[in-house]
Amino acid sequence: MNLWMRQIGGVLRLELKKTFLSRRGWWVYFLALGPMVLTFGHWFIEASGLDKSHHSIGEDTLIFAGLFHFYYLRLGIFFGCVGIFSNLFRGEMLEKTLHYYYLTPLRRELLVAGKYLAGLATALVLFVGSTAIGFLAVGRHFGASYTDYILHGPGLSQLGSYVLVATLACIGYGAVFLMSGIFFRNPMIPAAVVMVWENINPFLPTVLKKISVIFYLKNLCPVEIPIPPPFNVMVIDAEPTPFWIAVPGLLALAVILLIYSGLSARHTEISYGE
Amino acid sequence: MTHNLITFANVSRFYGEVLGVNKVSLSIPPGVTSLVGPNGSGKTTLMNLMTGLIRPTDGSIDVLGIATEDPSHLCRTVGYCAQFDTYPKGLSGYQFIYSYLRVFGWTHEECDRRTMAALEAVGLVDARNRPVAAYSKGMRQRAKLAQATAHDPQIIILDEPLNGLDPLARAEAIALFEKWGKAGRHVIVSSHILHEVDRISDQVILLSQGYVVAEGQIQSVRGEVKDQPMQILVRCDRPSQLAAQLFQSNHLVEAKLHTDGHGLLLRTLDADGFYLLLNKIVIESGLVVESVAPADDDVNSVYQYLIGGEGSTI
Repeated sequence: MNLWMRQIGGVLRLELKKTFLSRRGWWVYFLALGPMVLTFGHWFIEASGLDKSHHSIGEDTLIFAGLFHFYYLRLGIFFGCVGIFSNLFRGEMLEKTLHYYYLTPLRRELLVAGKYLAGLATALVLFVGSTAIGFLAVGRHFGASYTDYILHGPGLSQLGSYVLVATLACIGYGAVFLMSGIFFRNPMIPAAVVMVWENINPFLPTVLKKISVIFYLKNLCPVEIPIPPPFNVMVIDAEPTPFWIAVPGLLALAVILLIYSGLSARHTEISYGE
Repeated sequence: MTHNLITFANVSRFYGEVLGVNKVSLSIPPGVTSLVGPNGSGKTTLMNLMTGLIRPTDGSIDVLGIATEDPSHLCRTVGYCAQFDTYPKGLSGYQFIYSYLRVFGWTHEECDRRTMAALEAVGLVDARNRPVAAYSKGMRQRAKLAQATAHDPQIIILDEPLNGLDPLARAEAIALFEKWGKAGRHVIVSSHILHEVDRISDQVILLSQGYVVAEGQIQSVRGEVKDQPMQILVRCDRPSQLAAQLFQSNHLVEAKLHTDGHGLLLRTLDADGFYLLLNKIVIESGLVVESVAPADDDVNSVYQYLIGGEGSTI
């Protein structure tokens, strides 16, 4: 294994030791586990017969689609990535521990890569895991017919799409917020700006729509959830981006942001605001 | 550039409009070098500059032939124990040292060996599995020292390394610095505890308000301070007679009898003339002289003469 790989491995190991399951990130775990509690609650209520409305599998998958669109994408993964990635550098600046890394013979670009991979591993375990478990649990009360829906119907393909979208969301937002953690003393300000931008995306002109992460992610989702009235009248429709452009496009965006972060990290100094 | 020197060539560093250091030109040879100066004089700025944590606004720095913009080479040569009493959360003493060694790219076995050797050197082997957060201040300081030196650097830079250490640990740390210095490493120490650092310093750099006030071996720096009379302690059998004979010449500014009755503390503006006169008196009067030694060629005295105020905190 070459030196750079071993060094990135060293950063990854240390970052996971420091951050994964740390008390500081309790609210990120809450964001990831919250919808799982909801879907397990739904399963329990349906299985125990407390709800007499008798949903179909299609209705339950629609409920999950709504949860995914409005919770996971717009709230859970978004803020989870803010918490995980923006703290990779900014958190160490606040705790005055970044100099320990800067005093190792590690190229700053590799430090960015190692930290990003550690953050990505955490985000994927939490949010992709939560998405998959949530999808598998939401119709569990149907028993064998839900298993059949997943294994022989459209379920597996839907699950694959949700996992892919959640993964791409972690990759894209992760790169955005890692960069904001390097550039901004208070990463919540850029996070708020990005959140507003992403949430007004349906109402933006077609050209502006495409300068966002959510636009591409929404197009990749297996079930479309329309904007409810009265806001639906303001929605501006745009041609969905094909899969073969959306996926490589998002990955390319993340790579560009990471390269820029790595090059910028070369010039950062340790000042800790003193 | 000489490759066993740390050289600053006309280096300035400003924090916005605030001066860190200004037009510093230095050459630091191997051995123990003390950085001395009041708070805000630029000691930490100099240390941060030579470790590449900050960059000069102007001028250039060369560390044994390595540019400070190149961490992949510089940080294998330099170990820096910074002033911050901060540690990554959730790590034990062992993990703290081991984990950063892994970032050097070494194998588990190599990192484990180096970690244990570093812990051994600072006496933390028994406490290695306890969280750093649960250590006393002195133990944390020792853990930091171990972490900064575990990769066996040629240059060891220590910002207030004696802070928080008890007298025994302080003596051990100073012995360690002295050992490193004698082994030909560059050991650069900033400390407020001047009289302890003074014992082991081969050279001193005095800083005030971002400027280098003096640098070099402490005796030669003292010799340059012409406007302050040199203090000399003479231990002899008849100090009163010696004082009387010395006052007949105009070499002396002041003379004080030592409390034990066997010594004379003298202040003179012409040390060379004084030594010649002393030889003459000894030969003529048959005084038994036990020792003659400068009494103010230490860091603390030079600090007071050049910068003013009390240098030592102890």
